[in-house]
Amino acid sequence: MKVLVAVKRVIDYNVKIRVKADQSDVDLTNVKMAMNPFCEIAIEEAVRLKEKGIATEVVAVSIGPKAAQEQLRTALALGADCAIHIETDERAESLAVAKLLAKVVEEEQPGLVILGKQAIDTDNNQTGQMLAALTNLPQGTFASEVVVDGDKVNVTREIDGGLQTIALTLPAIVTADLRLNEPRYAKLPDIMKAKKKPLDVKTPADYGVEIASKVSLLKVESPAERKGGIKVASVDELIDKLKNEAKVL
Amino acid sequence: MSILALADLHEGQLAGATARVVAAAQAIGGDIDVLVVGEGVHAAAEAAAKLDGVSKVRVADNAVYAHQLAEPMGALLVELADGYTHVLASASTTGKNVLPRLAALKDVSQLSDVIAVESADTFKRPIYAGNAIATVKSDEALKVITVRTTGFDAVSDGNSAPIEVVDTVVENNQSSFVKEELAKSDRPELGGAKMVISGGRGMGNGDNFKLLDGIADKLGAAIGASRAAVDAGFVPNDMQVGQTGKIVAPDLYIAVGISGAIQHLAGMKDSKVIVAINKDEEAPIFQVADYGLVGDLFEILPELESKL
Ligand SMILES: Cc1cc2nc3c(=O)[nH]c(=O)nc-3n(C[C@H](O)[C@H](O)[C@H](O)COP(=O)(O)OP(=O)(O)OC[C@H]3O[C@@H](n4cnc5c(N)ncnc54)[C@H](O)[C@@H]3O)c2cc1C
Ligand SMILES: Nc1ncnc2c1ncn2[C@@H]1O[C@H](COP(=O)(O)O)[C@@H](O)[C@H]1O
Repeated sequence: MKVLVAVKRVIDYNVKIRVKADQSDVDLTNVKMAMNPFCEIAIEEAVRLKEKGIATEVVAVSIGPKAAQEQLRTALALGADCAIHIETDERAESLAVAKLLAKVVEEEQPGLVILGKQAIDTDNNQTGQMLAALTNLPQGTFASEVVVDGDKVNVTREIDGGLQTIALTLPAIVTADLRLNEPRYAKLPDIMKAKKKPLDVKTPADYGVEIASKVSLLKVESPAERKGGIKVASVDELIDKLKNEAKVL
Repeated sequence: MSILALADLHEGQLAGATARVVAAAQAIGGDIDVLVVGEGVHAAAEAAAKLDGVSKVRVADNAVYAHQLAEPMGALLVELADGYTHVLASASTTGKNVLPRLAALKDVSQLSDVIAVESADTFKRPIYAGNAIATVKSDEALKVITVRTTGFDAVSDGNSAPIEVVDTVVENNQSSFVKEELAKSDRPELGGAKMVISGGRGMGNGDNFKLLDGIADKLGAAIGASRAAVDAGFVPNDMQVGQTGKIVAPDLYIAVGISGAIQHLAGMKDSKVIVAINKDEEAPIFQVADYGLVGDLFEILPELESKL
């Protein structure tokens, strides 16, 4: 079974972002970029399926600027066998990404597609669900456990009330939550080997997909800053402040 | 304008989030229908009919909708969405699971986690873990939106809207329910609680979370946690507060043994009053706390409990 994994290049999760002075967007010049943390988890899961002999091939795909090839090379170093880069400098929204991924699914015919549950830049949490709808494949979102069993996959999902396990027919779409696994680090020899692994470059036009979106970004602002408060010296003082100053008790 | 709002359920009953989604719909303006989907959900439909501002409740009650699996719910929404200008759901795990399917099948974008309505087509939503707020305008014919419920005050309960049965039944042979492990708690729901006390890695282990119980009892608070506390197995996943967990905005949030990573702050920094208890006086949580108490939580918590 082939496993397809979608990886997004995003700002490194440790970086504190700044809004541009003209409020047109977030300022990404000279900011450290990385693979979306949920996509690292998705890759890890695919590689583990391969190590268990369930997956035969892991294909990583990314949509984005030329630099997104860095994240695809990381995916290859982590154990993906080959990569597809769909190059565009436009801001590809979840719907356009899902349409492109649907075309790749049609071509590659994977048994399982794993995405992150959420990209930490747009915080959309949509693409996997949209891909499932467009391909008419079942979805297991926010997965904390994935067990392939013959022609089915059992997915345990992190839901608001706790955990839910569902069974899906294969092929299926899964989105990875934080506790699905703990991703490994790429080792230097693997990083060297990854440079020789195949990486196919395409464009959205090759798939006949329009990136343009009907949603426009009018403005980006910094949120209201919280003023740092005071330190209290004791539990008594804390209770006094909460009662008499903040009036929440 | 004509809006369809998907009701949120909690163990088959109407969840508090629904009244906040209706409030978001009111901010857009127009007729508001509430859709209740599930199995055995007539009581939830009746509760939804009481919500102020609701024109009509539509209820799809069928075994195929049990456990609100994504595939049949998405297909139902696609059937029902015609004629509406907006479809709203809360940004709960159900709303997030289902709404993007509707958007994709209608070939429209979705706006996630909307916190404010500027006009019928322009909305504010947080991006980058809430470190920036985007104002976005949608020119889609159908606006598909998930609502961050902390951004809207619940509508009250004085209505008696008509209830209409939807008998659309869709087929589902792709997904099936296996089991659920739902956390049982007598405490208020995290998302809607007026007070929240959360523990982090500093709690040391799961047993120590009992130190929060007595305080939560006295305050009537919900108990939350940081990701590190959940990852370490101290407490279950449904307690995680943050960018990728629950978003809370109570009157009082007490962070205990939590350092204050941006991903955690993303889930609680809109709380009215924040208290931080941490032994490291440099911990970033103190930068957002109204009241910080530096010290060992194992000494502070018992004292706090006894003096409240
Ligand atoms: C993609 C992604 C998503 C994430 N999503 C979330 C999320 O939704 N929610 C979330 O919380 N995190 C999230 N994180 C993780 C986040 O980055 C932090 O790692 C996490 O919040 C740290 O948890 P903590 O503060 O409990 O642990 P730590 O950072 O280890 O802090 C523990 C604190 O306890 C204090 N302490 C220790 N012992 C005591 C004592 N005896 N008395 C008093 N204080 C004590 C220490 O001084 C320290 O400040 C996410 C990370 C990533 C990459
Ligand atoms: N440009 C992209 N290229 C590849 N995968 C993407 C892209 N955007 C989103 N995804 C995938 O979809 C997941 C969820 O993203 P989102 O729905 O945008 O929050 C990510 O974790 C990726 O797996």
